[in-house]
Amino acid sequence: MDFVLATLVGLFIAAGVYLLLSRSIIRMLIGMTIFGNGVNLLIFTAGRVTREIAPIVPPDLEVPQGAIANPLPQALILTAIVIGFSMFAFLLVLAFRAYQSLDADNTDNMRLAEPEARPQPPLSY
Amino acid sequence: MATSSPNTELPQAMIETATAVSDWVIVLPVLLSLMGAAGLLMFRRSNGAPVMGAVLVLIAVIACDISLLLQVMANGPLSMTMGRWLPPFGISLTADVFGASFALAAAVVTLIVVLYAETDRAGADGRDSFHSLVLLLLAGVSGSFLTGDLFNLYVWFEVMLIASFGLIVQGNRPAQLDGAVKYGFLNFLATTLFLLSLGLLYGLLGTLNMADIMRVAPMANPGAMVGVAALLMLAFGMKAAAFPVNAWLPASYHTPPVAISALFAGLLTKVGAYAMLRALVAILPASRDLLEPVLAVLAIGTLLLAPLGAIAETNVRRAIGFLVIGGIGAVMAGIAMPTLTGIAGSGLYIFHAILTMTALYLVAGLVEKRTGATDSRQMGGLYAASTPLSILFLVAILATAGVPPFLGFWPKLLLIEAGLDRALSAGPATWVGVALTIALVVNAVLTLIAGTRLWAHIFWRSGPEGDGSEHERRDLVAFDARGRFGLGVASVLVAGIVAIGLWPAPLMDNIRAGSSDIINPARYVSATGLAGETP
Repeated sequence: MDFVLATLVGLFIAAGVYLLLSRSIIRMLIGMTIFGNGVNLLIFTAGRVTREIAPIVPPDLEVPQGAIANPLPQALILTAIVIGFSMFAFLLVLAFRAYQSLDADNTDNMRLAEPEARPQPPLSY
Repeated sequence: MATSSPNTELPQAMIETATAVSDWVIVLPVLLSLMGAAGLLMFRRSNGAPVMGAVLVLIAVIACDISLLLQVMANGPLSMTMGRWLPPFGISLTADVFGASFALAAAVVTLIVVLYAETDRAGADGRDSFHSLVLLLLAGVSGSFLTGDLFNLYVWFEVMLIASFGLIVQGNRPAQLDGAVKYGFLNFLATTLFLLSLGLLYGLLGTLNMADIMRVAPMANPGAMVGVAALLMLAFGMKAAAFPVNAWLPASYHTPPVAISALFAGLLTKVGAYAMLRALVAILPASRDLLEPVLAVLAIGTLLLAPLGAIAETNVRRAIGFLVIGGIGAVMAGIAMPTLTGIAGSGLYIFHAILTMTALYLVAGLVEKRTGATDSRQMGGLYAASTPLSILFLVAILATAGVPPFLGFWPKLLLIEAGLDRALSAGPATWVGVALTIALVVNAVLTLIAGTRLWAHIFWRSGPEGDGSEHERRDLVAFDARGRFGLGVASVLVAGIVAIGLWPAPLMDNIRAGSSDIINPARYVSATGLAGETP
């Protein structure tokens, strides 16, 4: 099972990096999301995938009985998913606004902050 | 499998006594900023209330940071764990001298910037949530400086990132959207890479508490640990805009209003540099030793290429952006030479850069306001019109380059001393010391060339390039009362840089103490309550 998940993580990250290398912002965004999901899956796999029971403490005990699944990776991923989703939402809106006001979704055409024909530095001291 | 065995006895894992009231001071800087940010949102329709509230919150945060620093100086590192679970289970906030003094510097700089921003803002109302976002940014920065848990550090990075996203698009000009796209994507990628290395670290060690990682990392596979450390170096290097991954900084930092540029320059890259220092030197020293040649090469690349970029730039704020990158090279030089002096140099450089880079941007903003231009070719003739401004700019430039009487001199001195020690020692890699010393000196010279040339163009010559007139310029915008207030605020910060530079002894002693805590983290580990139990 771990091998399948590890392969999947590799595929996700490879696909994410491939899309991130694109010039189109929407493709880059999708790449970012796939990359982020690959990372989340990696944390989940790193926490060991086992067939244990849910980490719930029975009402009359103070520690769970027997072996339990590791709850920490789930907490970590939950945090990472929420944060990653909010970042994605912001970047999506930003891309839309940039498309509206710069009329470009191609990063090669977005040169307002760094003009292409930059002035030469002055030669005088 | 996580190091936690399922049979852990409850009294060992849980805190049963209440936390001492004095220990709460470590949480308060973060808590006050977060609560302040939320509170200010309620008053955003009223004029004046947001700025008053922000100033009050910032003064309270500074007071907490000062008392935290005093406590850390007196008793060594301080730690507090959340949610009744002892580390490695609970999330710890841990402060040592480095973290506490950087948090203090960040809060002071934020207060200065909030005051300065009043001179820039049109309606002076809080409808754009500027003050809430600034406080959120400070919460993220303070949290990053004070946290003792790597996953918690990731969360603070994201708090910082989302607040800076909000700030960088304030004003909504097209150039800002352009800069924000590049800033947003690359910083989001950097934090995702950080999360990736966290996942691998958790898989290898089963813990993410910094003090706990220090204990268990030597037992893990060194090859795998170097891979994780290299990923951490890449992620933090991207955050700090170190040499090969620095392109986003000069593309974005000059686009937002000046106050926001200044805040970013003072706080954001420094957090990346600090995280790199802590992760590579304190937490994974064995991996750092293997990565040392890479670190040295990256440091030299950053030190040399950044000021060259500044020389080739005519836009004032973009040129200063390159100088910010150059400072990161100096911090990395110290990380490449982890002696007591080298780490002290890095730490002091971060402290200095938080103050000086902000001051430089604030002064550049005043220059832009007076000349109405952003390009240094269109400036000139300010020396006669505004002597105080020219002095402030020159002092900030000299402090950046590391000229003696100012704050920037002392960290450079420590770093060069560390480099010479390394060069003269009989170790296997003395070239690191030689090369870094030369790079530091060349960086100072190049920074001086870039900065003084900017100064000469802006202040000294009589008018824009090609304008041979010797007459006084009539088209300069005179400062009104608000402009003079901005000038006063910037001079307070510059005066601070001069004062600390003239009387550095207390700071130097503290930074040396903090540096010994970074290199030998026994006190840090015992503060989190993990000492004694070796796994």
